[in-house]
Amino acid sequence: MDAAQLFNWVRGSGLQLAVFIFLLGTVWRLIEIYGLGRKPDLAEPRHVPGASGWHTLWHRSIPIPGMMQRAGLTYIAGYGFHIGLVAVVLLFAPHIRLIRELTGLSWPALPSPFVDLLAVMTLAAMLVVLAERLHQPVKRFLSTFEDWFTWALTFLPVLTGYLAARHLLLPYTLTLSLHILSVELLLVLLPFTKLFHVFTIWPSRWFNGDASGRKGVAV
Amino acid sequence: MSASLSRAVNVLKEVIDAPIASYFASCVHCGLCAEACLFYTETGEPKYTPIHKLEPLRRVYLQEYTLIGRLLKWVGLSKPLSDAELAQWQPLVYDSCTMCGRCSMVCPVGNDIVYMIRKLREGMAIAGHAPAGVAAATRRTIEIGSPMGVKLSALKAQIGHIEAVTGLPVPLDQEGAEYMVLLSSMEIINFPEYLSAITRIMKQAGKTWTLCSTAFEATNSGIQIGVSDLARVIVLRIVEAAERLKVQTVISPECGHAFTALRWEGPNLIGRPYGFKVKHILEVLDELRAQGLLKTQGFGDKRLTFHDPCQLVRRGGVIEQPRNLMRMISSNFVETADPGKYNWCCGGGGGVSANDDAEAIRLIAFKRKKTQLDAVKPDQLVTACANCRIVLEEGLEHYQMNLPVVGLTEMIADHLVSD
Amino acid sequence: MSGESSLLIDNLARHGVSRRAFIKYCATLASLMALPPTAGRAFAEALAKASRPSVIWLSFQECTGCTESISRSHTPTLEGLIFDSISLDYHHTLMAAAGEAAEAARAAAMQANWGKYLLVVDGSVPMKDGGVYSTIAGISNHDMLMDTVKGAAAVVAVGTCAAFGGLPKAQPNPTGAVAISELVKDKPVVNISGCPPIPVVMTGVLAHYLAFGTLPELDKLGRPLAFYGETIHDRCYRRPFYDQGKFAKTFDDEGARKGWCLFELGCKGPVTYNVCATAKWNDGTSFPIESGHGCLGCSEPGFWDAGGFYRALSMPAEPLKVAAKAVAIGAGVGVAVAFANRAKKSVARTDHQTATPADLEK
Repeated sequence: MDAAQLFNWVRGSGLQLAVFIFLLGTVWRLIEIYGLGRKPDLAEPRHVPGASGWHTLWHRSIPIPGMMQRAGLTYIAGYGFHIGLVAVVLLFAPHIRLIRELTGLSWPALPSPFVDLLAVMTLAAMLVVLAERLHQPVKRFLSTFEDWFTWALTFLPVLTGYLAARHLLLPYTLTLSLHILSVELLLVLLPFTKLFHVFTIWPSRWFNGDASGRKGVAV
Repeated sequence: MSASLSRAVNVLKEVIDAPIASYFASCVHCGLCAEACLFYTETGEPKYTPIHKLEPLRRVYLQEYTLIGRLLKWVGLSKPLSDAELAQWQPLVYDSCTMCGRCSMVCPVGNDIVYMIRKLREGMAIAGHAPAGVAAATRRTIEIGSPMGVKLSALKAQIGHIEAVTGLPVPLDQEGAEYMVLLSSMEIINFPEYLSAITRIMKQAGKTWTLCSTAFEATNSGIQIGVSDLARVIVLRIVEAAERLKVQTVISPECGHAFTALRWEGPNLIGRPYGFKVKHILEVLDELRAQGLLKTQGFGDKRLTFHDPCQLVRRGGVIEQPRNLMRMISSNFVETADPGKYNWCCGGGGGVSANDDAEAIRLIAFKRKKTQLDAVKPDQLVTACANCRIVLEEGLEHYQMNLPVVGLTEMIADHLVSD
Repeated sequence: MSGESSLLIDNLARHGVSRRAFIKYCATLASLMALPPTAGRAFAEALAKASRPSVIWLSFQECTGCTESISRSHTPTLEGLIFDSISLDYHHTLMAAAGEAAEAARAAAMQANWGKYLLVVDGSVPMKDGGVYSTIAGISNHDMLMDTVKGAAAVVAVGTCAAFGGLPKAQPNPTGAVAISELVKDKPVVNISGCPPIPVVMTGVLAHYLAFGTLPELDKLGRPLAFYGETIHDRCYRRPFYDQGKFAKTFDDEGARKGWCLFELGCKGPVTYNVCATAKWNDGTSFPIESGHGCLGCSEPGFWDAGGFYRALSMPAEPLKVAAKAVAIGAGVGVAVAFANRAKKSVARTDHQTATPADLEK
């Protein structure tokens, strides 16, 4: 397979297959998880304004007092890489163009040099995340193959995307193919790894916030 | 698989629900829950990371309720749960977890970890991997009526004593009273000041109240050991008594998990809402204060601080009430770091104080409280949970800190306007 | 035709083609087919001595465009003449015989040349509803193909319909059309795709077969590698504009007038394997891109459903097209697991043994 054939495959059949597995897996896993249901809480709720599942949905993104001092690096690197990732994925002009082609939706893009900067920041933050996972005793203790693997799965699209956008290292067609391929790999494995938290984080936060909110405590 | 182990797996299959599935799917192994857990912060040992304590539950979830987990189990890549493993996890699930719920508050993906610990304990206990001390306390509560083996005769002696001292009647089994007051064994045996305080406060407020001879004990070690079948029996005693006596409100004593058991778990255990309200004594006192029915005099100038009992505050929602009451009687009330819902556990909740295996680690974990107190340097430590109070007293003694601990209700009673 | 030489060279001579012209043609053909330069003469010699093979041509679900393309003879071409130089014993568009006489001719040719005749097929075969959508003389295409192929030496599937199913197979494929290679498994099948295929490709394959008695080397899709080894894009004269990033954005803009690359107007050249850019059409006059229109990709499988002729290739081939199916299957799996889980949980509840204090102490 030469570069052109690879490019055609990742852009055509490859992408189609990846999207197919991603959608299939996501719907399956969501139903599998939430189909288990939950018993209604019969205890009389305490109504306190602000204490609810909805509160926790966004408020949980802010560390509680003291945590910044205890685990500042985890939070800062975590913010850096999550915000960077979302911005690079959703605010890079070619990505928006792709989304528009697929769905008809579009929005303004960030200037490309700024996206470049964000990509570098994201890569740096992810390297910090990796270093922390290697060195911090708790993270290292908890880590399984999946943790290292999903890190790579997330890192590669950003790295190859950056190389492609800046025309670095390899011929453009090849880096672009590798970029699309790495995104496809990410899509295929997302529903079946901890990366699925992109979906489950929201109901998880809601469940937690709801249970606590019924007791009148905003968490 | 032993019979008890298969019963345990069966129980876990019953309790696993969508939130648990969602939580396990969400965990990214960030390890932040460890930073919220006093057993980790005070030991630095990664095995105390809260989410790690749930490993047996996670495995059962994956193997029973996910397609991929089932396949992995089927082809032998995922090993079934073993007794040896549960035995290995017992110190993590019981000795080093007070169910304080602080981890549930920091998890960035929103996992309610303590909710899962509570469920895992259902299986651990049935498999016979619960601490003997807590198991014995549960048996005594079921068979004798109280975890410490306190019988009605002991209560009656206490009542006689209090009536003599206060000169006020202590009503027992009085139908139609507004409040039914519950006690914890600890309050009958170690802190009789509590009942005395209630007697005087109710008199001043002009409220009718009663104790009940069949349901005076509020504590529920069924909740702590994690056996809903037994917790239900204990809750039902109170529910039946309260409905028989037609009281409007049942008052949970100064005991954190008794409040959680009765207020939040109870209706779910018996499968129906109550015909009465359940309030913690601090909620009642704060209501009386707001209605002008609680009149105190004098402000202590001692430097006071309040230890938030986890089950009452973070897990119970009684946050502002103790502060309102503290300010009523003290001009020198200071908060420790991380007050209210952010507070750190005394180290003895969730059955740990009744668990002999946990004594060493509990005293190590107490260093967290010690650090908090050392920073504030109070003259007196106030709390609203008899269990916290005992654990605090033991911890303070162990670290040779000369700091008296007092219950908030009796402190209020000491400042009552004398008629 | 008795009394006359059946050798190809003599036949050509009778039509006024000189030996010199013939050898030159063979050299061209050899180079087109990427045979070594010395092969041209050997090719010519072998070809000159070839005797007329029997060819049976079956037309199924097709438009006769392929026959048109190959038999087009506004001027007598060598292709046309070579085509004339085979013994085309059955071709219901071209043959004089009709009805039972025609079918009799087929049977006779099969019998006379059993195991040696070449079977050429254009058009796809309808399989739905017992193949009723296309019949000849009351015989379904499928039955006729399977019957005729038995004695064939090899099969040449001419045109995209025969090679890959083509237009009849386009969604929603109402007749259940299939390609010849899906039905014929025990004989060599050469796919000469294109809608229509280029005449020289057709004759090149025939010439190779005549000269060497074998079929040329094929690619993964069963097409002669010599003609389908490179993309249109690889050999396109507009390729330099692509490399410079100069694209026509509409059919009437500055770029279009300057002959810039038609990529953004949906040209499928980069993914289409065929020889149009070098062999060209209409006696080497031009090919679609030269005429100002992008390549449709007609020699590739499924070209009709490949996402729009004017949709630029840089756009992914509509990955969301599969979304509904993926969601439906995912929901099916999820619901099945959810039901199994609920059943399991309900069994667990039924099996529940109420705990007693004795259970806790061991």
